[in-house]
Amino acid sequence: MKKLINGADSIVTDALRGIAAAHPSLRVDLENRVVFRAGAPTPGKVGLVSGGGSGHEPLHGGFVGYGMLDAACPGEVFTSPVPDQIIEATKGVDGGAGVLHIVKNYTGDVLNFEMAAELGGDEGVEVATVLVDDDVAVQDSLFTAGRRGTGATLFVEKIAGALAETGAPLAEVARAAREVNERSRSFGVALTACTVPAAGKPTFELSDAEIELGIGIHGEPGRARAPMREAREIVRTAMDAIHADLPLSGETLVMVNGMGGTPLIELYIVFAEVEAYLREKGATAVRSLVGNYVTSLDMQGFSVTTCSLTGELTRLWDAPVETPALRWGR
Amino acid sequence: MNTEFFAAWIDEIAAVVRARRDHLTQLDAAIGDADHGANLDRGFTAAREALTGASPRTPGALLVLVGTTLIRKVGGASGPLYGTAFREMGKAFGEAAEVSPAELSTALDAALAGVRRLGAAAEGDKTMVDALAPAAKALAQAVRDGLKAEEALEAAAAAAEEGAGATVPLQARKGRASYLGPRSVGHEDPGAASTALLFGALRAAASR
Repeated sequence: MKKLINGADSIVTDALRGIAAAHPSLRVDLENRVVFRAGAPTPGKVGLVSGGGSGHEPLHGGFVGYGMLDAACPGEVFTSPVPDQIIEATKGVDGGAGVLHIVKNYTGDVLNFEMAAELGGDEGVEVATVLVDDDVAVQDSLFTAGRRGTGATLFVEKIAGALAETGAPLAEVARAAREVNERSRSFGVALTACTVPAAGKPTFELSDAEIELGIGIHGEPGRARAPMREAREIVRTAMDAIHADLPLSGETLVMVNGMGGTPLIELYIVFAEVEAYLREKGATAVRSLVGNYVTSLDMQGFSVTTCSLTGELTRLWDAPVETPALRWGR
Repeated sequence: MNTEFFAAWIDEIAAVVRARRDHLTQLDAAIGDADHGANLDRGFTAAREALTGASPRTPGALLVLVGTTLIRKVGGASGPLYGTAFREMGKAFGEAAEVSPAELSTALDAALAGVRRLGAAAEGDKTMVDALAPAAKALAQAVRDGLKAEEALEAAAAAAEEGAGATVPLQARKGRASYLGPRSVGHEDPGAASTALLFGALRAAASR
């Protein structure tokens, strides 16, 4: 394993020091491990808090700023944050209008956000929670922990963040966040496994002739293994899974997201195929994002996320945003 | 079993989790996300430090402190689940300075109920419950049979190990391994494996 680290035990702290030094628009609480907007809380505005394991950068710390999150709680690599972090973040962003917790649907994330609510229940902050569960690779049934939250998390954070910036009340912001989640679907494909630094070797083995279909964002194996083939065919498999779950139609927001180890040129090849697939189904990619946004350390591969837009959602997507990883219109 | 006994238990757990850290992480890499060993090692190391700092006076206070520390330090699913298990045991002990095997059995039932409530897992879902539930049952049976503490804990540890081993052919229905569907079959559940280590540590503490 070759990694640019000082030691496997100090990865999160060392990275947070870098984020603090690189982005004066953020205030990083190294003691409690919370990334805040420098000016938090914003009086009268609903505060948005998200968090999850580290290793998905720029998610979530890179999305803290105007028009998006007010605070992010990074856990250890691929491990959800602990309740104390979430409580500190919630208190720190409450501007009197309540706080929205944006939680990806993983057992650990859900439990720790719940424990935070339980242990910190007497802080007097009104909290609403939205669960993101957009991954169609997991069957939502009694026999699984339910669908995972993946790429749609970015859409939820952006659109709910834009609405919160207008001064909308907590219930409204939570409703919009849930609507984005309901209209979004994702599917991920890995060409290689990632290497968790503390483990020191790839989480699973994939030969040059194989790909892993239906992966999540924690380096966990997917639903099935398949032979390696042309990008066009791989994209078709991913898009078929999405289309079968929620038929694609109309104006669509599309993200082709790199898992961390795939060059942009390949992501653009994937996007071209995704766009062609949408047209074939009578849908239009009216807004798009191509790049590394919800990563899985050094994994090679991509995920595609679609969101069926409405006029309101398009306006909120277009609204100004100014964060380290996403910025336009301001 | 007094406060020193339970402090010795936590020492034994910290030692065995450290020794088996890579093994637990490898089990987790197969059907999860390769962090279980590292997380528990961090958690129980922190729990030992917390005990050294606070020197709780009763078994109940000790276990509640351990549980709270795990919740605060571990993260993931295992932090809240193990944390809740220890807190529920501690709360069941109340203010008692010493507890009997029968009281330990009652406390284990409370721990199991807490874990089930939080994780919504049943036996056979391929989780820590598959080791915890048989251990609690075996301890209850040992108490009814009037076994001595050491024998009762031996029975509980053996049942936990057997339960963990029995997760191998199961398909996971809860937690991250459930995403794999049928591909989770053929691997031991890391949470059940670590639960078996905890009961092995309890047996070791009793034979000190």
